[in-house]
Amino acid sequence: MARLVSVPPAAQLAPLLGGYSQAVAAKRRQLALGLALTAVALLISAIGAEVQPVTLWNKIGNFTSYFDRLLKLDTGARVWTDPQEWFWGLARWSRLLGETLLIAYVATLTGAVGALAGAAPASRNLMRRASVGFVVRRCLEFCRTVPDIVFALIFVAAFGLGALPGVLALAIHTTGALGKLFTEVVENIDMGPVEGVASTGGSWLAQVRFAVTPQVLSNLVSYALLRFEINVRGATVIGFVGAGGIGQDLIVAIRKFYYSDVSAMLLMIIVTVMVIDMLSARLRHRLLAAENPP
Amino acid sequence: MSQSRQLREMLLDQGAELHARHPDMLTGGWRQRIPLLALCAGGIGIYVMGLVTLEISPAKMFSGLGRLLDIAGLMLPPDPETWSRFLLYLGALGQTLAIAFLGTMLGAVIGCPFGFLAARNIIANRLMHLLARRSLDTVRSVDTLIWALIWINVVGLGPFAGALAIMSSDLGAFGKLVSEALEAADRKPIDGVLSAGGSRLHGIRFGMLPQVLPVLVSQLLYFFESNTRSATIIGIVGAGGIGLQLSEQIRVLEWQQVSFLILMILITVAALDWMSQRLRGAIIGRRA
Repeated sequence: MARLVSVPPAAQLAPLLGGYSQAVAAKRRQLALGLALTAVALLISAIGAEVQPVTLWNKIGNFTSYFDRLLKLDTGARVWTDPQEWFWGLARWSRLLGETLLIAYVATLTGAVGALAGAAPASRNLMRRASVGFVVRRCLEFCRTVPDIVFALIFVAAFGLGALPGVLALAIHTTGALGKLFTEVVENIDMGPVEGVASTGGSWLAQVRFAVTPQVLSNLVSYALLRFEINVRGATVIGFVGAGGIGQDLIVAIRKFYYSDVSAMLLMIIVTVMVIDMLSARLRHRLLAAENPP
Repeated sequence: MSQSRQLREMLLDQGAELHARHPDMLTGGWRQRIPLLALCAGGIGIYVMGLVTLEISPAKMFSGLGRLLDIAGLMLPPDPETWSRFLLYLGALGQTLAIAFLGTMLGAVIGCPFGFLAARNIIANRLMHLLARRSLDTVRSVDTLIWALIWINVVGLGPFAGALAIMSSDLGAFGKLVSEALEAADRKPIDGVLSAGGSRLHGIRFGMLPQVLPVLVSQLLYFFESNTRSATIIGIVGAGGIGLQLSEQIRVLEWQQVSFLILMILITVAALDWMSQRLRGAIIGRRA
């Protein structure tokens, strides 16, 4: 049988093989070093986080039995045997959940408008003055680095309990996060159409309206939808610090060990979040499909 | 400028002819825009309804803003007052990083197998992968703070509960990510390995892994970054880290301490951002 691969003579082959094994060895050394560093970091952080494997082992029963208790009514019966008793607070929880969704919606829209206002000056191709862009970018960075719940804590102190501090906290965080994404989208546009509009004497506003907007709109909307999903999750816990939504009832139920209430509310939250994720994913796919027709 | 003005006048002169030649491009008409306008109107309607339902009024806004400005004034300058306080905060920050790192690694290690189960091109059984995917979604839709509250019931107050909480919420997200990375992997390198006589395991090791690993490692770094943010707040419910100090200082209205703590968080997050960006560049660059 004829050989498919021609093998060079040994004298020629030796240095090649040597080089190969050297390259492989270097890569292996790098990998080993990386793994060793990771292991050391893990050990240090395990000490830092006061990991107690023994406690975990002894009390892991608590974890399973916690879920067991979550699924029991006060009478000791399983929750699904008496849905009416399980969801006794359905009206109140639905109202709170609706409030949660509204908080997320209002915050997302407000934040998106804020992000738009921030993205225009932050984009290097639309804003000629570098200093303004720099300042706006740092502001956006600040807004997205401080966690929303920290904003909520401070706003509760300023605005009092209620939905308003929650909306503001989420809106500010959204402005920061979307501002960055919007800036990236606007910076990546094709400048040809903008020059086209400019060359026919269009004003700056006309350039933005007819050259920039058509290029970026579907991307912006899809990012805003993604942010809405995230904000719904955020709005469920923002009530923990007194900023409205279903979180305020949830934390009371968890702290006071009203097990069946906790599971009922958690179930409602999970289903709502999943449905919203699904709807928004479908919408985003359609938007992107409209953007890039096959 | 004069040239563009000439062009503009030329276009305006020929306006009527252009309209006649491309009627559907230039006379859009309101009828096509009705669905879009209705959508916008609906969106704004819900927004207004939200403002009313949530009892957000301009009066409330303004009085609150006044107080917020007062608070902002009290925050300056950021000041921990004593060195022992500063060291305490530094320790808490270290604990936060430890929680984030440990939680991320644990979540990744446990999330990976679930990701394999949820990937369509690895597990052919539809029921299996649907089940894996749904359970990942369920875990993911519970917020880290809720997980923290649950774990506190199991292992007690402290940073360990925080690490476990981060692990739990990461597990869902990372599993989803792994399954997506696997599904997006190109089939050809695997076929190449198989056609050269490699076993199925060889195919995964030399055909699939080199494609997937750099993506996953760089995603892991992203997770670590975002988990550091989560770990800073997890202390608010009592699960260790700097959040505990932060919520405590806000409760007793020590605003200078609050602003100092926020500053520490900002610096740490920025430093991590920078570091992980460089690491990511090194990892992706080396393997590409």
